[in-house]
Amino acid sequence: MRAVITVIGKDTVGILHKVSGICAAYQANVIEVTQSVMQDMFAMIMMVDISGLNSDFSALSDELAALGAKENLDIHCMHEDIFNSMHEI
Amino acid sequence: MLNTFNILETIRMIQEECLDIRTITMGISLLDCIDPDIDTACQKVYDKITSRAEHLVRTGEQIEKEYGIPIVNKRISVTPIAMLAAACPGENPVKFAKALQKAADTCGVNFLGGYSALVHKGFSAGDLALIKSIPEALSETENVCSSVNVGSTRSGINMDAVALMGNIILESAQKTANRNCIAPAKLVVFCNAVEDNPFMAGAFHGVGEPDCEIHVGVSGPGVVRAAIAKYPDASINELADVIKKTAFKITRMGQLVGARASGMLNVPFGIVDLSLAPTPAIGDSVAHILEGMGLETCGTHGTTAALALLNDAVKKGGVMASSNVGGLSGAFIPVSEDAGMIDAALDGTLCLEKLEAMTAVCSVGLDMIAVPGDIEAETISGIIADEAAIGMVNNKTTAVRLIPAIGMKEGDMLEFGGLLGSGPVMRINRKSCAKFISRGGHIPAPMHSIKN
Repeated sequence: MRAVITVIGKDTVGILHKVSGICAAYQANVIEVTQSVMQDMFAMIMMVDISGLNSDFSALSDELAALGAKENLDIHCMHEDIFNSMHEI
Repeated sequence: MLNTFNILETIRMIQEECLDIRTITMGISLLDCIDPDIDTACQKVYDKITSRAEHLVRTGEQIEKEYGIPIVNKRISVTPIAMLAAACPGENPVKFAKALQKAADTCGVNFLGGYSALVHKGFSAGDLALIKSIPEALSETENVCSSVNVGSTRSGINMDAVALMGNIILESAQKTANRNCIAPAKLVVFCNAVEDNPFMAGAFHGVGEPDCEIHVGVSGPGVVRAAIAKYPDASINELADVIKKTAFKITRMGQLVGARASGMLNVPFGIVDLSLAPTPAIGDSVAHILEGMGLETCGTHGTTAALALLNDAVKKGGVMASSNVGGLSGAFIPVSEDAGMIDAALDGTLCLEKLEAMTAVCSVGLDMIAVPGDIEAETISGIIADEAAIGMVNNKTTAVRLIPAIGMKEGDMLEFGGLLGSGPVMRINRKSCAKFISRGGHIPAPMHSIKN
């Protein structure tokens, strides 16, 4: 099982570190990261394996949302099924 | 394989274009709660609903978190209560409404539908008592919704019920005159009512349905509007294709959520209702889709054709995306719940007669329309009869949800707040149809009802 984490917002030092820190704390293994900084906007899409989570998926997504609120970033953590079902036949 | 474009498209649909799952509705059969003692029956109703739907709201919230998609409403539909009332002659059916309200409070759902009667061919035991109790039931409860089916293509239109419903709607409004006439906003009069509709206020759990099931109602007018805005010069065929592709994506999401909810609750998956259901939020309007196709204002000439195209394309796109499509499926045009419709009605471009024409090609009918408070009950019945006739002859569901705005006149605004929005009081035709309505009886079923 995999989830997609997207982070969009103003670029600051340590965004990737903070997001991946939370993933590590929940035992979500980072599989793939694409990241770009355009002017001063930061955009990252991270694919994580959530099969070995040490707690509820909703706890991970709550914690990421809380980080987003604190750092003024737009962070979403969604199960990959929603993208697969919407974009693949 | 996932790519960045698809991921960002999904997130944009949810964040900017108001894409959501409008409702997860659990249908629960109450046939095993029938009891000649009304208090025992009410207790059985309460117990059954609260045990089946105990985890409904929590499950909905969990799925919201998992997929990151808002599930706006969690609701319950039940067997038409007239069938339970039939076993308790002489009792006041409002007791059932109160039991339903108590169950809705316990489960935490925001609407519970099924205070209903199906009288398209005639009244059976319990039907009349239930219909007559609707004004009291809706004024004394907050979240209970009611519906009455007065006609069908196979059986014609019960004009005695049509006449009665004019009075019931007016009386419901009068009883809640100090609460923005909210009661008739929870009351739908149907022709060809469907048994698996997840949308309120007309949801009930038909007798042909299983004991308990989960339905999902998707939404997404904003997504369709944004999609067609990208093709300002496309031909009509190309527009239809764009809408189909968008409806497919929206419905896939509904299918995913429905299947997940059904698995988590261990209840069979009923249907996905692929309706475009507007809300008063900016950017979530069906009228704005029609205007995006090239109409200056919704309600002008060409509106019916544009709506027919939209309704058909939504169904065609959605059908392939779901294993079970049902409910009302199409485009809703509730005036008070759609920012574009409200503007068009205030502007005078959208009138009741045009809305009636639009209901011949959209998924339901005259929905959430405020009319002057001094309207005659017979005039309401005339509007119901016209709408039922459109449904009966065209083999489709039609419905009427009118709100007589007590103490208000044409041009005033009736405010409900929340999802129900606010409705401009619309002009009605003041010539009488009282003689026609007072004849009573039954409009025979049309020739094409004899299909076998």
